[in-house]
Amino acid sequence: MCGIVGLFAKKENISDNLGVHLSKMLESMSDRGPDSAGLAIYGKQFASKTKITVQARSPKNDFQKLKKFLSAKKEISFSFKIHSTHAVIKLDVKQKDQVTNLINDTFPNLRILSVGKKMEIYKEVGKPAEVVKRFQIAKMKGTHGIGHTRMATESAVTTLGAHPFSTGEDQCLVHNGSLSNHNSLRRELMRNEMTFETENDSEVAASFITYRMNSGKTLKEALESALVELDGFYTFVVGTENGFGVLRDPIACKPAVLAETPDYVAFGSEYRALTSLPKIEKAKVWEPEPATVYFWGH
Amino acid sequence: MHILDFNKLSLRDINKTLQESDKNSFFSIRNPKGSHALAVGINKKITVKVVGSVGYYCAGMNKFSDIKVEGSAGPGLGENMMSGNIHVTGDVSQYAGASGHGGSILVEGNASSRCGISMKGVDIIVKGNVGHMSAFMAQKGNLVIFGDAGHALGDSIYEANIYVAGEVASLGADCIEKKMTKKHLSDLGHILSNANVSDYNPDTFRRFGSARSLYNFNVDNAKIY
Repeated sequence: MCGIVGLFAKKENISDNLGVHLSKMLESMSDRGPDSAGLAIYGKQFASKTKITVQARSPKNDFQKLKKFLSAKKEISFSFKIHSTHAVIKLDVKQKDQVTNLINDTFPNLRILSVGKKMEIYKEVGKPAEVVKRFQIAKMKGTHGIGHTRMATESAVTTLGAHPFSTGEDQCLVHNGSLSNHNSLRRELMRNEMTFETENDSEVAASFITYRMNSGKTLKEALESALVELDGFYTFVVGTENGFGVLRDPIACKPAVLAETPDYVAFGSEYRALTSLPKIEKAKVWEPEPATVYFWGH
Repeated sequence: MHILDFNKLSLRDINKTLQESDKNSFFSIRNPKGSHALAVGINKKITVKVVGSVGYYCAGMNKFSDIKVEGSAGPGLGENMMSGNIHVTGDVSQYAGASGHGGSILVEGNASSRCGISMKGVDIIVKGNVGHMSAFMAQKGNLVIFGDAGHALGDSIYEANIYVAGEVASLGADCIEKKMTKKHLSDLGHILSNANVSDYNPDTFRRFGSARSLYNFNVDNAKIY
């Protein structure tokens, strides 16, 4: 099954409470996805800074070691904030590649979940209510965010198998559905030097979109080529630096509801996910059409 | 009138109250907040008004009762209903009226994909548009669409009638346009007047149904197997 939520703020009253709204929305989708949950929050942007979100198996040791290691490199200035099993490292955009390479080469127990000016990804195994509490999502502010509750069908229940999957800097994807040609697509993408962390079908969809965009396609074009190349069921919500996009497969079995008011655009797998939002009873509520790319941006 | 409020009662309590109520009772349900499986399995003539939008499977298996939703409904509205009336003032999601045996469903907004899939005698009236694969494998009953129909309308249809006032994106396998006879015009009038719909021009409707070539075995095809 799986549940998806998304919230795009048009006004400050929504962005100031983005985490509160997204937490409630995510919890309402618990019975669609009780095994793991995750969110991508597009928070404050700092001039010429980048954020790297890192996940650790044993955060206490691993983060201490990483912090010590980075502090020893005199040329790198950074800030380091730990949120349970995740840490967000904020540093100069020029040092981004150096630091991501250092982490990947030196710390096999750490996983980089996201890199971006605005995006931070938090995901973990457990009930959605536990996950939002663990990361204190309710305290977070931002322009937009997307979340996912997972009911695993074709690969293991692990932190890395949880959504969202990063698809590039400030970009991520969540998926409700199942792909039937993910193994052949994965092999094809691997031949094109894409790398994979899991056996998960949604990671293949994320990688597919990343690959297409790296080859010069726009997000819209990448999503449209997904309609041709991906076989299976899907409702995707894709987060970018400026907003989020929605795509459903042509058969559109997987549910999706959108709501718009002067204050926000919201996505939910079901209407239940939207009922906690302000003035939802006055919102324009509709179902996105199959095989049609939707996008809202700032 | 009895008021049942989701802010005070659980779904289970509300459904139990509806199912065990006296004949001809009238209920108003408040704050449904998209709840699933509301007012399912009622088998006596009662009247239920739901103020707000509901989730999956509302009014499933309905028998005799009149259920009105002042809002929109999620997937599977009135699934396998036997009789009675369902009226939704907003939109409905996928497979509304799926496999319904009788009674009528009136949707004032749009219906999503697979509306009336495998219908077996129910009348479904949609004032807006319907999505793709509507009336898929429909066996009996009537689907009346005031707006447009999505792709593959009436795919693999048996003996149901489809009436469409708007555009049809495409017809499914073995579904064809048929002549609107006097009998069918009169049938359409009855279906709509039973649902208290009077604001329509019967001349705008076209009729679609089965070419009957798919479900009748043709001996000339025997050598294919």
